[in-house]
Amino acid sequence: MELKVLGQDNQPSAQAQAGGCSSGTCGSSEDGMNHLPDSVREKVHNHPCYSEEAHHFYARMHVAVAPACNIQCHYCNRKYDCANESRPGVVSELLSPDQAAKKVLAVASEIPQMTVLGVAGPGDPLANPERTFETFREIYEKAPDIKLCLSTNGLALPDHVDEIEALKVDHVTITINCVDPEVGAKIYPWVFWKNRRIKGAKGAKILIERQQKGLEMLIERGILVKVNSVLIPGVNDEHLKEVSKIVKSKGAFLHNVMPLIAEAEHGTFYGVMGQRGPNKQELSDLQDACAGDMNMMRHCRQCRADAVGLLGEDRGQEFTLDKIDAMDIDYDAAMEKRANIHAGIEAHRDALRAEQAENEMPDLLAPVGTPPARIAITTKGGGVINEHFGHATEFLVYEVAPEGVRFIGPRKVENAYCVGPDVCPSGDDKGTVLDAILEALSDCSAVLSAKVGIEPWSRLEDARITPSGEYAMDQIEDAVRGMYGELIEQGWAVKDLNVQAVG
Amino acid sequence: MSLSIVESCVNCFACEPLCPSEAIFKGEEIFLIDAKKCTECDGDFADPQCASICPIEGAILDAAGEAINPPGSLTGIPPLRMAQAMAEIQAR
Repeated sequence: MELKVLGQDNQPSAQAQAGGCSSGTCGSSEDGMNHLPDSVREKVHNHPCYSEEAHHFYARMHVAVAPACNIQCHYCNRKYDCANESRPGVVSELLSPDQAAKKVLAVASEIPQMTVLGVAGPGDPLANPERTFETFREIYEKAPDIKLCLSTNGLALPDHVDEIEALKVDHVTITINCVDPEVGAKIYPWVFWKNRRIKGAKGAKILIERQQKGLEMLIERGILVKVNSVLIPGVNDEHLKEVSKIVKSKGAFLHNVMPLIAEAEHGTFYGVMGQRGPNKQELSDLQDACAGDMNMMRHCRQCRADAVGLLGEDRGQEFTLDKIDAMDIDYDAAMEKRANIHAGIEAHRDALRAEQAENEMPDLLAPVGTPPARIAITTKGGGVINEHFGHATEFLVYEVAPEGVRFIGPRKVENAYCVGPDVCPSGDDKGTVLDAILEALSDCSAVLSAKVGIEPWSRLEDARITPSGEYAMDQIEDAVRGMYGELIEQGWAVKDLNVQAVG
Repeated sequence: MSLSIVESCVNCFACEPLCPSEAIFKGEEIFLIDAKKCTECDGDFADPQCASICPIEGAILDAAGEAINPPGSLTGIPPLRMAQAMAEIQAR
C-alpha cells in the first residue's frame, strides 16, 4: 500500500503538467490548478473543498463552535435550526471548543479520509474569536495532520490575521457578495461595528472595506484565500463579474459562485419577499463569465456548519456528543492508520493520472461543430461510477463537447428514488420522487449509474435521458466520453442547454 | 432600570461578551439579564449593546417591556408580509 505506483514522490504539479491538456479536461481535472504556484497546489492537493478531483477521495468536517454573528445577511435566518435541512448557517448541536476537539479526533479516527477541519459558523467564526481559536489550538496540538480552515464574512478579519497565521490556518474563505455599498445595501440590512448597529449602505461600506483589507492582509502573509459569492439574480449577478476581477487581481486563488437558497419557509428576507434563486443555466453562465484565467469552483455543496464526511454526504448523526462520549480514541494509532490510508489514496490517484497521461487522447472527441451534451453520473466517491441510480440523492453533471469534458456542478434531490436499500417506492410517491429527479436532470441527455432499475429506466427514456449501467466502476470522465460517443452514434436528440426550468 | 431577554432568544452568545456591566448570563433555556447589574449601557455606550447586536426581533425588551427591535426592524421584512407568508405555508 505504501508503494507509490510511479515510484516518485508526491508531486501533483509535475504530473499535472506532464498530463497537460491531453486529457481534454483542462479546467476540470485537478481543477485547472495549472497556473498556480507549486506551493499553493501542494496545499490544495488534498483539500476536498478546493480541488474537484480531490473531493472524490477526501472528506471534510465542520464544527459548530461559533454561534454569534456580527452582521445580518438577507439570505440567512438566525432562528433556524433543523436536522433535516442542509444549507450554510444551519446546525443541530452547538459545541464548546473542548467538545469540538473531541469530535474532530473521533471523526478523524473513524473516517481516515477526513483531512480538513473548518469552522464556518453557524454564525461568523471571527465574531466568536475565543471559541474559534481555542478549538484550532487544541486540534493543532493534538492532531497536527489535520488542515485547519475558516470561513468568514470578513468584518472582523483584519483584527485576527496574526492569530490565523500563528495557528497555521492556511485556508481562509471570505464571503464577498459585492464591492459597491449600494449593492451591499440590498444584501446586508445591518452590520455591528464599533458598538453600533449600522444599517444600509453605510454599514455595507464598512463591511466591504474590511473584507478587502482582510483579503490583502492574508495574501501578504501567504495565506490561501478563497472567495465565496452568493449569486442573487437582479441584485448582484452582473456585479459579481467585477467582484471576481478584483479578488483575482488581489490574489485570491479560487472564486466560488454559489446559487442563492431562498424559500419562504426558511423565514429569510429573500425567502419571504419572493426573491428567486438563479436557475442552473444562470449559475453556469455566470461561473463561465467570471472564470477567465481564474479557478471557478463548481463542486461546492453549500454544506451545513456541522457537516461531516465526503462532500455531498453528511455523517454528522454518527458523531453526536453522546456517541462521541462512548468512543475510546487512541489518536496516535489513528494517525498511523490515517497516514497509511492517505498513502494508499495518493498511490491510487498517481496511478490514475499516469493512466490518463499514457492514454493518448485524440485532440477532438468528435468533429468540430458536434453539439455539446450534458451527462449526469452517480458516485459514492473514489472518482468512479459506483452508486445505484435509486440510491442517489446527488447527481454530478458534466458537459462534454468535441473539445473535452468539464464539470458543471452537483444537482441535489430531496429523496433518493428507492425508499430503503432494497425498497422501491410505491403509489404516488414514486411519481413525485422521480419527477423531481427528472426535473433536476432536465438538461442532461444521459445518466450513468452503477445500476438503473426498470421503472425509472423507461421514465428516463421518455424524458430523453438515456440511462446506462454499462459504465459501472469506470472512471467518471472516461465514462462521460464513452457515453458521448454512444449518443453521437445514436444520433441523439440534442437538448438546448440554454432553456432551463427554474430549480 | 433594566433590559430583559425573552424566550425567542436563540442562544447565539453574541450579546454576552459585549455587556459592560457583565449583567448577561446563560440561563437554563436562554440568556438572561441580571436586573441588578444592568445599566442599559448608560454612561458606557450610546446604544444598549445587547440590543444592538441581537439578531432576533422582539427578543430584548426595554424597562417598559417594549421590544427594542420591533418586528421588521432588523430583517426588513414588513410584518404583514411575514404573516402572509407564514399563513400561506401553513395552508399548504
